[in-house]
Amino acid sequence: MVEYRIDRRSGVATYVQIVQQTKQALRLGLLEPGDKLPTAREVVEATAINPNTVLKAYRELEREGLVEARRGLGTFVRKSLGTAPADSPLRAELDAWASRAREAGLQRDDVAALFTAVIDEQFSKGDQE
Amino acid sequence: MTETAIAAAALGKRFGRRGGWALRECTFRLPVGRVCAVVGPNGAGKSTLLAHAAALLAPTEGSLTVLGTHPAAARERIAYVAQGKPLYPQLSVADTLLLGRELNPARWDASVAERIVAAGDLDPKARVRSLSGGQRTRVALALALGKRPELLLLDEPMADLDPLARHELMGLLMAEAAQYGTTVVMSSHVVAELEGSCDYLLLIGGGRVRLAGDLDDLLAAHLLTTGPVRDLDPHTVVESRTTGRQLTALIRPRGPLPTDGGATAPSLEELLLAHLRNPDAPALVLDPARTPAQEPAA
Repeated sequence: MVEYRIDRRSGVATYVQIVQQTKQALRLGLLEPGDKLPTAREVVEATAINPNTVLKAYRELEREGLVEARRGLGTFVRKSLGTAPADSPLRAELDAWASRAREAGLQRDDVAALFTAVIDEQFSKGDQE
Repeated sequence: MTETAIAAAALGKRFGRRGGWALRECTFRLPVGRVCAVVGPNGAGKSTLLAHAAALLAPTEGSLTVLGTHPAAARERIAYVAQGKPLYPQLSVADTLLLGRELNPARWDASVAERIVAAGDLDPKARVRSLSGGQRTRVALALALGKRPELLLLDEPMADLDPLARHELMGLLMAEAAQYGTTVVMSSHVVAELEGSCDYLLLIGGGRVRLAGDLDDLLAAHLLTTGPVRDLDPHTVVESRTTGRQLTALIRPRGPLPTDGGATAPSLEELLLAHLRNPDAPALVLDPARTPAQEPAA
């Protein structure tokens, strides 16, 4: 189960925040196929946001094929996101790279800046949603 | 076409024959299942409008229908919490809920009413007169929600609640709306309290409807632009300010925008403040029947 945290001052539309947080939970493996999303009633009771906003977010997730609504039962995760789970070889390579960067005397911010620059180069803006 | 919770057609109200108009030429339509914010400066006519929907006032001219019928005929399906949270001061909390049950035999949901009261740690034997303003609000909301209304009319419901109770009760209102499709109409001055909770907006000023419609659609119909000082034709200008050579304006775009400036979507607060500061800006009423429900990208 996930719990949504709504930031009303972020400038990001509320339903987009729910979509993003659900995807993040899918990427991190906090949500797996078969898991149930909280009901609209549960989400709005905890966050005091508008019910139609939650339904809109769930429709968006459904449209992307990530979840499915089962009548009378709730909304369930259909597939997970991301092909790089925590124990993949890619992570091990990144880990090794990070420790080399550290040995070379790079600070945390330097490493993060380098990493972000490479990501921006490899994944041009158009690829992202 | 979606069902209608409240429809007003050229609604006008004048108190006394020589009094001024409290409401004039109000026309709008609120579909069922929405959470509607009624916003406006003091004395704008918000409470007068809610009292019409609750069948406590009759229009001087024009008409108002509620849940497809005359407000008085819909009384059983409506709950209304007036600004002063009127309750019987000599009754205990438990007796007040008993009154709710006896007056609404067909609809009363004791569990929801008792839950609201219990969440506030209220002694059921305490008399209403001994309660604080916030506690009275809680009892009034318990009475209103216990009725399981189809339309819930709340006049400044959250004004005397502490932030924790406000969040809790707003969450509960939203949960009831989610589960039973209750239409909620609430007036408020606090924009932050409405943002996120409401999906429909009714802005009243000087007794007239200034803005009405789906909140996302209303926001999408406006732009905040900045750029060099220029003529903003053919756009509708709600507000414009000149600082040196720069012009900042809230507009309703008609046709292409100039490219040598920035344009961003306004926030709810920016939209409301611009309209409140400029009472003469033209009104915008979006009718959901004519513009089918669409979901703007942002």
